[in-house]
Amino acid sequence: MSLDQLLLYFFGAAALLGGVLMLVAQHPMRVALALISVMLSLAGVYAMLGVHVVAVFQVLIYVGAVMVFMVYVIMLLDVRDPSFVRRYGRLLLPGVLLGSLLVGALGTSIARMGGLSSAAPATGGTPSYLIQPFSVEFLQRYWLHFELTSVLLVAAVVAAIAVIRSSRRQDG
Amino acid sequence: MADLQVLVWLSFALFATGLVGVMIRRNALVMLMCMELMLNAVILALVTFSLRTATLSGTVLVFLIFVVAAAEIAIAIPIVLQLSRQRRSLDVEGYDSLKG
Repeated sequence: MSLDQLLLYFFGAAALLGGVLMLVAQHPMRVALALISVMLSLAGVYAMLGVHVVAVFQVLIYVGAVMVFMVYVIMLLDVRDPSFVRRYGRLLLPGVLLGSLLVGALGTSIARMGGLSSAAPATGGTPSYLIQPFSVEFLQRYWLHFELTSVLLVAAVVAAIAVIRSSRRQDG
Repeated sequence: MADLQVLVWLSFALFATGLVGVMIRRNALVMLMCMELMLNAVILALVTFSLRTATLSGTVLVFLIFVVAAAEIAIAIPIVLQLSRQRRSLDVEGYDSLKG
């Protein structure tokens, strides 16, 4: 087993461990830190796979923007309520049962499917996932999709403003 | 590329972890973060299958998911803020005013 493969498995195991920690941690801040560790490990997985663009943007957007925002909100909403002490709701047992059932079913189906790893991609010339060739391809072939996401972002900004304004109207 | 299968399995396991988290936790913010974990699992599956088929479209879709995640957080956080201001609590078991 080469070093690259070893690092890949290490980052994967770290991501899974962080996911389990998210389920058992009590304070939301610890859950946020566990989620950040999951995201960083997944960025390591992407880097080991050679998909550098996704690795960079995972760190920049998810850890740098989304999770910083989340941590900020947790600091802002320092409410003490029962959900900080009692972690789990009524659905604890059925939730865990359903989750283990799901993992078991999907795991056995993947194990039965088998051929995913053995079949190498047949097409010649695998595309490069490095930043420069990816960006050229992205902005030449998929420029319309890229521009259309700006519509979604504008809609999100308008919706956020609408939510805040409606709460202000309720307060009087 | 010998370990794509492990990556697909990891993605499924992370997705199931996020789903269980949304179901069993009581704190609204924690539930939101478990949803982010599910999105991350989907991104891992997309990257894996993009590598498997040796195309770029899966990776492009990952970009669009990043945008969707940013928009989702930008809307969800004001909603959670408003809920906590009205109820003085983040406990989802207290949000039962729609119960018959």
